[in-house]
Amino acid sequence: MARNTDIPEQTRVSWPIVFRVSISGLQRRFGRAMITLTGVVLAIAFLCYMLVHEAFIRAMILADLDSLNILLQQNDIDIFSGGQMDPMTYLLIGLTLLTCLVGIINAMLMAVTERIKEIGTLKCLGATDQFIVRAYFVESTVQGVCGAAFGLLLGLLVAVLVTVRTYGGYTFRTFPLPAVLVSLVVSLLAGALLSITAAIIPAYMAARKQPIEALRVEE
Amino acid sequence: MVDFHKHLDAAEDAQRDIVIRAIDVKRHYHGSGGVVTKALDGVTLDVFRGEYLSIMGPSGSGKSTLFNMIGGIDSPTEGMVFIDEIDVAQLDSYELAWLRCHKIGYIFQSYNILPVLTAMENVTLPMIFAGNSPTEAREKGMAILETVGLGERAFHRPFELSGGQQQRVAVGRAIANDPVIILADEPTANLDVHTGAEIIELLEKLREERGITIISATHDMKMLDVSSRILWIRDGMVQRLEERKNLNIQIGGLEG
Repeated sequence: MARNTDIPEQTRVSWPIVFRVSISGLQRRFGRAMITLTGVVLAIAFLCYMLVHEAFIRAMILADLDSLNILLQQNDIDIFSGGQMDPMTYLLIGLTLLTCLVGIINAMLMAVTERIKEIGTLKCLGATDQFIVRAYFVESTVQGVCGAAFGLLLGLLVAVLVTVRTYGGYTFRTFPLPAVLVSLVVSLLAGALLSITAAIIPAYMAARKQPIEALRVEE
Repeated sequence: MVDFHKHLDAAEDAQRDIVIRAIDVKRHYHGSGGVVTKALDGVTLDVFRGEYLSIMGPSGSGKSTLFNMIGGIDSPTEGMVFIDEIDVAQLDSYELAWLRCHKIGYIFQSYNILPVLTAMENVTLPMIFAGNSPTEAREKGMAILETVGLGERAFHRPFELSGGQQQRVAVGRAIANDPVIILADEPTANLDVHTGAEIIELLEKLREERGITIISATHDMKMLDVSSRILWIRDGMVQRLEERKNLNIQIGGLEG
């Protein structure tokens, strides 16, 4: 009696639709998305600031100008260490990113819980687990990458302002373009990695929801 | 004489094509402290192709559970369910998604259409899941929207549509992949009498023109009136199953 063999292989999930569904999820919960985004922005801004600032200092130390060296020493910079950040700073950055990670996971879990009914409906319409996983992944990643991009700009801006305030024109005379670019790329990757990691658990939780949830009438 | 009719019915039944077969279906929920709730306690039911079956029963009767069983969205603790000759218990999650996508159209009490997508996008979503190209889906979607009377409103968002129109979108979405069965869970409960009647007419039209089997959970007398058969569920068991023609349903004169 069973004709289970009729069922074809997995059909491909169309990415544009995945994007529509996830972006729409973000649009509707714009306020919440913004709060999560702010978390990412701040964490990445902090990371970017630290990296760029370090790059500036290192470039100025390498410039080895007498007046600049005095200025650096006046600002408690150990010019013989080459401007290396100490382990405590790394720890601080790590903790910031971790806090941010937990924040995104929390926000995404709430988004999943809120949308049980929508997930159930999609499943009733024939959405596979894979589709749901992708939709939530895209949502979290878009959120993370946007946050990282804003954080990047903010961090760069603050680093430039702070450095200019202390060292004035030297900032641009010794401007370490390659090092700054590397810092920016590192920050962006960190932000993307952060949001993708954060999406794993919520996306799989969403996929595990049963279509039966869609029929439950909740007010 | 009554017996004779029953035999006649039975003979007719034997010749009809069965689209859903539930055999001694039980669904038990294990609560805390070893309490077992028997939501369904041995239901055997055949649903014929192209019929309009209404399921009635008070809340807690197991009506919803039975509904979910035959819709392939819950699996029985014991017993078997065949949907269009497919044994539901043997399907993995991907195959179940395929079954829901191709064989069954769902209509919900609260419409459940996606608020950010247009009517057209809502209707074409199941086609996209089925692997159709966007162009194909769009053409078919337009035809479906015209069938449900929303040709003019294809690119409206749900918030620009009335409740009845939203439910029409949901009906359109349900028939997107030419399902064998439409499962409608109290489809008229959130609508006024007149709009509800229009949805019922639409479902009846789809049943007649396309031979889609319609199964609905309802308390709406109008829906019972157009049903082929009515099933009463009580305490997880079939209390009564009756042909429409053997019942005397009178509809109130609301329409005058």
